[in-house]
Amino acid sequence: MNTLLEIILKAAVITLVALTGFAYLTLLERKFISRLQARYGPNRVGPFGLLQPAAEALKLIVKESIMPDKADRPMFFLAPIMAVVPALAIFAVVPFGKGPVLQLASNVNVGMLYVAAVIGTAVYGVAIAGWASNNKYASLGGLRAAAQVVSYELALGLSMVTVVLLASSASLAEIVQAQQPGNILGWNIFKLPVGFVAASIFAMTSLAELARAPYDLVEAEQELTAGYITEYSGMKFALFFMSEYIKMIALSALFATFFLGGWSGPFVNSLASPFGEILSLVYFIIKVLACLLLMVLVRATLPRLRYDKLMAFGWKMLLPVSLLNVVVTALMIVLGIF
Amino acid sequence: MSVEFFLFLLVAAVAVVAALGLLLSRNAIYAAMFLILNMASVAVIYLLLNAPFIAAVQVAVYAGAIMVLFVFVIMLLGAEKLNPADTKLALKWQRPLSIVLGMALFLLLGAVILTRLGGAVAAKMIDTSPLAIGKALFTTYLLPFEVVSVLLLAAVVGAVVLTKKS
Amino acid sequence: MTSIEPVILLSAVLFTIGAVGVLTRRNALMIFMSVELMLNAANLAFVAFAQQWGNLDGQLFVFFVMAVAAAEVAVGLALIVAIFRTKHSTDVDELSQLRG
Repeated sequence: MNTLLEIILKAAVITLVALTGFAYLTLLERKFISRLQARYGPNRVGPFGLLQPAAEALKLIVKESIMPDKADRPMFFLAPIMAVVPALAIFAVVPFGKGPVLQLASNVNVGMLYVAAVIGTAVYGVAIAGWASNNKYASLGGLRAAAQVVSYELALGLSMVTVVLLASSASLAEIVQAQQPGNILGWNIFKLPVGFVAASIFAMTSLAELARAPYDLVEAEQELTAGYITEYSGMKFALFFMSEYIKMIALSALFATFFLGGWSGPFVNSLASPFGEILSLVYFIIKVLACLLLMVLVRATLPRLRYDKLMAFGWKMLLPVSLLNVVVTALMIVLGIF
Repeated sequence: MSVEFFLFLLVAAVAVVAALGLLLSRNAIYAAMFLILNMASVAVIYLLLNAPFIAAVQVAVYAGAIMVLFVFVIMLLGAEKLNPADTKLALKWQRPLSIVLGMALFLLLGAVILTRLGGAVAAKMIDTSPLAIGKALFTTYLLPFEVVSVLLLAAVVGAVVLTKKS
Repeated sequence: MTSIEPVILLSAVLFTIGAVGVLTRRNALMIFMSVELMLNAANLAFVAFAQQWGNLDGQLFVFFVMAVAAAEVAVGLALIVAIFRTKHSTDVDELSQLRG
């Protein structure tokens, strides 16, 4: 019973941290983009605008939640939940730091498959939201999302296969262990050339999974108003927003775990018990933040792709390259290079 | 009653309710959602049966790929509202007959289960890690594995040919 | 799980529901989904038997069933889309002529 209590407690803490992280990630993104565009960004609510997320949450909670007349009520209500749950579920297998305290279930030997499975189910929220809204913009947005996510999932999965090959394990804890021979060159991203290629593919496909710029056709304002969230307002809208940002954090955490050595870093293994763990958590958070800032930078820099180009890029470019990458990795392992 | 068995009963109830929902729903999207729920609960039962690999593949392949295709096609065709005539079958006696046949099938299966099954579960815990399954796939089951790869390739080509606008 | 009879029973119930679905429905998509339910039930029995005999073979069978199901769905849905283009219906009773 004790272990059960521990699991519930950890899950609650992770959920809380993810929710706060989501709120401040929105602020971070707005601030950072504003700076890139030579303006200040939110700075009125609290010092440096730090209370802005709280103010916006309050606004969204008290806002009227509109239910379109012709919408499919149960599905319209369920869709935001279907979007948020997979985003949160990814955290279950992420090792946040050294030791058993800072992880929930990262030792499961099917961790990688679990990640693939959870990412695969994330599309339903978007697709069902588009369908249930009974609105042509929303339907088109939902269909685009389903097609885009299914197409890019293949390359994403193959880049994860490369990681599994390099670590010769599908458990996320062991993937981190395999990346720490003591220096930075142990990170998968520095295992040239295959590790770098896999990391680039993972980064590009996770942007597509998130439907973020430059792959945000799903919610292209100029053509589809807001895509699948056109009819959503109030808390339900906030849930979709939340799912996108939590997924951003989750995929950044996965990127850090797969390619940037996870929680590993200098002094982590030499320090005494509580300090080594704390330091490992700090390293992990720094790496995740770096990935998040990169995502924001990409959004501020790159224009949106055209839909047919996006599909062509996924199928004709990313998929063959990632397949070839898996073959080259396997060859290099057989030849004893890694 | 152990915790495990209680969990099994709970999940099994969800699976049966979801299957009945699939059978009775008048909307294809709802049917697909019920089927996904059923598959997810079956995945939980796989976990209880010491098959974590199969459980993860079940969610990744069925819920993550196959059902996405179903939902996508239903939405694309706008075929979710099942024709009201679906309730009025062309053959009047089709529904009662199928229910009778279904009951007969279930009685047959039940009779076999009750009379033929038995014996305790093997004492030894098998190694069901991805490593063990991978080894079996590439040694004992190498030929079927390769045949499946050809089958999947054929399916890809077939799907492209069938849906291509000439 | 100390005994697999309840699992096999569940598998039988799911299989029967799927079979009744195939028999009563006329919509091709619904029939298809019922077939998937039946495959699922069979998979459940395979995994249960693998557990009973302490043998990995049952689980590998499930793996192959899933791969074949994926191929089947890809081709099957492509067929349904192709038929829908000409007939504007997914009702199997309307597909009674050999000419398209």
